[in-house]
Amino acid sequence: MINTILSEIFYCLIGVIFILVGIRALKDETLASRSLTAAFWFLLAAIFMVGPYLPQAAVGASIVVLAVLTGLNKVKPSKGEALDAEQGRKEADRLGNKIFVPVVCLAGLALLAATFLPFGANNAIGISGLVCLVIVFAVTGAPAKAAANEGSRLMDSVGITGILPQLLAALGAVFTAAGVGDVISGAVSVLIPEGNMFIAVLVYCAGMALFTMIMGNGFAAFSVITVGIGMPFLIAKGANPAVVGALGLSAGYCGTLVTPMAANFNIMPAALLEMRNKYGIIKAQAVVAAVMFALHVAIMYFWAL
Amino acid sequence: MEALKLIGILIVIVGFILKKDTIATVVIAGIVTGLVSGMSLIEVLEILGKSFISQRVATVFVLTLPVIGICERYGLKEKAVDLIGKVKNATAGKVITIYQIMRALGAAFSLRLSGHPQFVRPLINPMAQGAAIVKYGELDKETEDELKAYCAASDNYGNFYAQLCFIGAAGTLLIVSTLSEQGCDIDALQVAMCSIPIAVISIVVGAVNNHLLDRRLDRKYGKKQGGKA
Repeated sequence: MINTILSEIFYCLIGVIFILVGIRALKDETLASRSLTAAFWFLLAAIFMVGPYLPQAAVGASIVVLAVLTGLNKVKPSKGEALDAEQGRKEADRLGNKIFVPVVCLAGLALLAATFLPFGANNAIGISGLVCLVIVFAVTGAPAKAAANEGSRLMDSVGITGILPQLLAALGAVFTAAGVGDVISGAVSVLIPEGNMFIAVLVYCAGMALFTMIMGNGFAAFSVITVGIGMPFLIAKGANPAVVGALGLSAGYCGTLVTPMAANFNIMPAALLEMRNKYGIIKAQAVVAAVMFALHVAIMYFWAL
Repeated sequence: MEALKLIGILIVIVGFILKKDTIATVVIAGIVTGLVSGMSLIEVLEILGKSFISQRVATVFVLTLPVIGICERYGLKEKAVDLIGKVKNATAGKVITIYQIMRALGAAFSLRLSGHPQFVRPLINPMAQGAAIVKYGELDKETEDELKAYCAASDNYGNFYAQLCFIGAAGTLLIVSTLSEQGCDIDALQVAMCSIPIAVISIVVGAVNNHLLDRRLDRKYGKKQGGKA
């Protein structure tokens, strides 16, 4: 109960950050679609803050509105104050390695809170985010408004794809309710001899890598392949879900290493480095990707079962 | 017509390949899938709405952004550059390995970096090229490009395989959300712990790969230049 209340408080804080991003957009006179951009963030904030008390279909309809706004390309990052390299250099010289303390604490405290506090691993992230805010103020001497300014600046630069994981989990739920998982598992069951867990692991990892290559996005592949293959052939047969999930997504990343679809990671940097062959990075990564893939299959087989 | 239900997957694939807006693609895929399998529009919206609310946890990483944003403003990147710049007298392969380790640690400690423009182009590639020139003299175009590719690749290895070790990472939370939506009892701490072995292994694999690069360059230039192979 207390955990749920705490979670709702954290979701309200996330909502506040979304509202700040919307306000940033409204203030940016150069942004052509600033009222629609702001509308996107305000609506998203409302879903986070009061969504649980609304009819579910109303939340669903709001998500459709969000999708229409992004689909019509009306949600844009706003200018706001950019990072200032000169200030960064000056502060780096003043603070030295102390600047690493808050970020190390962010991960460290989250782990400690998840392990030792009774509020659950999910709330641990929020707790650590708040405690580290105090630490970062102490270390940098930043003014209080920096939390709002920098938090919304970074959220704005993460942008709308920040809600993609959450949306993909919802897509997975629709797929499950529609029976998509059953169709995939029916088709895949031809490949997997009854009770042969090694082949099941291999097919799941290969499915993750292959779908990630096609879509260029491991997250999207994860919701499809895990519902269709991971659940029925591994987890339902007693495999450890945390191991299957963790290794499943990173098995997908083996596919990311060898696909031009993941342009940010493989193609853009080749241009950035002025390489003659724009597929040079993919070529260099192919062997490591193959070795890592084989290791994923082996570790999942021996560890999850 | 069971296979018709797969249309949602097709929509996702086509949408991502054609680089259509990801949010709209995913929502359309969900609605179409629901409709072709006989649900009413209201039912689909209810499922979407219900699971979107119950999976807000996937977006809880937002609470870490103020801290990271302030650190960025106060010289986080500049200081990281200083640290890496201290690596001297290493071979090209070692420079790249050290960077991969730092990148992996960064990812595991929640740093959101765009490594290629921020580190690889301005720092790591020049350092690796410099180390190779000191050892072998002038490099041919082929070697230059190979070093560039290895530098860029090390950023990807460090970033991809270590990021799930952070319990607040988007990928970690996606795994938790997706599996708990499927009825598994799972939390972010378990997923992060299960991600540690692969992170460590990826560093070992990267280091071996970079060592082989050094050996290859030794053979290639050792004969030609009579360098200290």
